[in-house]
Amino acid sequence: MATIAKTVGLNRKQVAWRIAQEIPEGSYVNLGIGSPEMVANYIPDGREIFFHSENGILGMGPAPKPGQEDGNLINAGKKPVTLLPGGSYFNHTDSFAMIRGGHIDICVLGAYQVAENGDLANWATLDTTKPPGVGGAMDLAVGAKKIYIMMDHLTKDGQPKLMTSCTYPHTGYGVVRTIFTDLAVIDVIDKGFVVRELAKDMSLEDLRSKTDASLTLAKNWSVLNPPEMN
Amino acid sequence: MINKEVQNIAAAVSYINDGAVILSSGFGDAGAPISLLEALAKTDVKNLTIVSNNAGEGNYGLAALIKSGKVAKIICSYPISAGSIIFQNLYNQKKIQLNVVPQGTLSERMRAAGAGIGAFFTPTSAGTKLGEGKETRIIEGIEHVLEYPLKGDIALILAKKADRLGNIIYDKSARNFSPVMAMAATTTIVQVEELVEVGEMDPELIITPGIFIDRIFVHNK
Repeated sequence: MATIAKTVGLNRKQVAWRIAQEIPEGSYVNLGIGSPEMVANYIPDGREIFFHSENGILGMGPAPKPGQEDGNLINAGKKPVTLLPGGSYFNHTDSFAMIRGGHIDICVLGAYQVAENGDLANWATLDTTKPPGVGGAMDLAVGAKKIYIMMDHLTKDGQPKLMTSCTYPHTGYGVVRTIFTDLAVIDVIDKGFVVRELAKDMSLEDLRSKTDASLTLAKNWSVLNPPEMN
Repeated sequence: MINKEVQNIAAAVSYINDGAVILSSGFGDAGAPISLLEALAKTDVKNLTIVSNNAGEGNYGLAALIKSGKVAKIICSYPISAGSIIFQNLYNQKKIQLNVVPQGTLSERMRAAGAGIGAFFTPTSAGTKLGEGKETRIIEGIEHVLEYPLKGDIALILAKKADRLGNIIYDKSARNFSPVMAMAATTTIVQVEELVEVGEMDPELIITPGIFIDRIFVHNK
């Protein structure tokens, strides 16, 4: 048997953990469908954060115990959730006023591509054989105060997702603040990518070879070193 | 005496014209007026335009109405749920038209219709494929697109409790689009689980006042 190659970079849980550390006490946060939902599992104990769900919930809690699911209490991914003490329900117009009116502090989304000027492509591919669907992605991109992106650094085919400009259809322009990948934490500053943290055993040259845009290393950069998680 | 309750589901969905624009509440199954949609599927009406967040799942509710061939067009934000097979098949066969609208714009366009707003500017979708062809304006340095009201002839909504006047309350996140659709349609038909006496619901907690409601169908009475 071949020896197992030492893997460089973080797994999904570790990326979710890293994003959770970035969310301050008192924040109102919207988590996109899919992997970003995992961020809720890693908020440090004692830190009070309100999760918003576009379908009319503030104070959304974790999944219910088996047998206690309620079809009228679901998240944006239409999965059963719970409501925490202090939570509330409201109609869609109020929910999107929270989003579009700049009341959501942080929104964590997945992405197909992010450009160095903060442009975001995460709602449609170039495949025109399937019907399009946007949901709340464009509202969140434009309306939330800060957009964080949680994504793999490369596509499954090994193509870069951090670009000089997006080739996929745009969701929003100049909206992304920080990108958290399996290999790095990268801020968008003055229309350029600035590497704030690099995964252990990852060099800037390695990262550059996996990125279709210029990268600058922050002066106070550090090693991205989350706890072990399997 | 005002009494908006109808005695059966056929009466609930009567007098809906061919070509009507129907606002249909719900986010996935939560808040969807499944029985009203299935009753509508059994009528002779045709060429409907449906406004809803999704395009139906499985073969019940909105999917059953789409399957019946009565829907010519759907205006929604997200028709690509895994279970939206009936819609996706008809779409691939070019037998149904689709207009995708960002979710917040969909909701706000109905609010505008309900509130007498002539049109509004929003930055959502500006510069994207979904903003193509729309009038634009730069406001405080940011590009906005002009969006027009989305008015319904009929709204089909779901609620938990109503009184005979049409005051209603909802259940948890099943509220979603129902309040805004109730204001945005000429005739609003609500499917409720329970009819209560006038005065029984706390007026501080009534979510949709009866002025927006025209017909009440009590499900499983």
